[in-house]
Amino acid sequence: MVAWSDQERSIITSIFSNLDYNDVGPKALIRCLIVYPWTQRYFASFGNLYNADAIKTNPNIQAHGTKILHGLDRAVKNMDDIKTTYAELSVLHSEKLHVDPDNFKLLADCLTIVIAAKMGSGFTPEIQETFQKFLAVVVSALGKQYH
Amino acid sequence: MVKWTEEERRIVRGVWEKVDIDEIGAELWARALIVYPWIERYFGSFGDIFTTTAILNNPKLAALGKVVLSALDTAVKNIDHFKAMYASLSRQHYEKIKVDPDNFRLLAECITITIACKLRAELNPQVQATWQKFLSAVVEAMSSQYK
Repeated sequence: MVAWSDQERSIITSIFSNLDYNDVGPKALIRCLIVYPWTQRYFASFGNLYNADAIKTNPNIQAHGTKILHGLDRAVKNMDDIKTTYAELSVLHSEKLHVDPDNFKLLADCLTIVIAAKMGSGFTPEIQETFQKFLAVVVSALGKQYH
Repeated sequence: MVKWTEEERRIVRGVWEKVDIDEIGAELWARALIVYPWIERYFGSFGDIFTTTAILNNPKLAALGKVVLSALDTAVKNIDHFKAMYASLSRQHYEKIKVDPDNFRLLAECITITIACKLRAELNPQVQATWQKFLSAVVEAMSSQYK
């Protein structure tokens, strides 16, 4: 089980309580689709993703980005047992969505860059360390039910 | 050989112009050493490198930061040829310093995050994609002499 210090918990809850989910969620997903274009294959039914502008203005991507970030909320609220919290979600991504679990890390990296750009010099090395630790646990939990 | 469009060359130069080598040199080590602490093993003779404050005030790390960024400057200015220019640097890291090449990727990540904190919205998805393509080429060049 992952151990969290009080300081780490407070850093994570602070980052998430200062987020506009409708802004940051879509930004992270859009960035992922542009920087790692093979991830677009999971969104074939989402409509026009032919170029960066189409991706940025696609309403389905917008909605899904927000949804993903709200999904992270559950991890924030259950930091002591993210693995169990995400068991069902992991099964879904493995058996139904067939997402290569490598891609979880790519999306996590894009979210880190969005948060870094948002916080600027406030995204100190210690905050980066805690945020990346949190996302690493999330990524691991999402990959847990794959076989 | 990696191919670069005019747009990509312009983007890489554009990002690099905004990098202050003196400012960023120490910060990228702070991020690398705090977020990936096993990197400390390469800096046994550098003195106190165990807190952000110590790292940012460590003259040896500041000097090394400048060396790394000067090498990156060479790559920016010779984007079509730098792989050959990096051969002896790669051999030095392999034979003499014995750096695990995975760490090149981690340092590249820290460089990108440092730049994201500084450039913020200017590091938009397309710019990030191009910048990461450039850093991947640098990481590959640094790994090229490893057997």
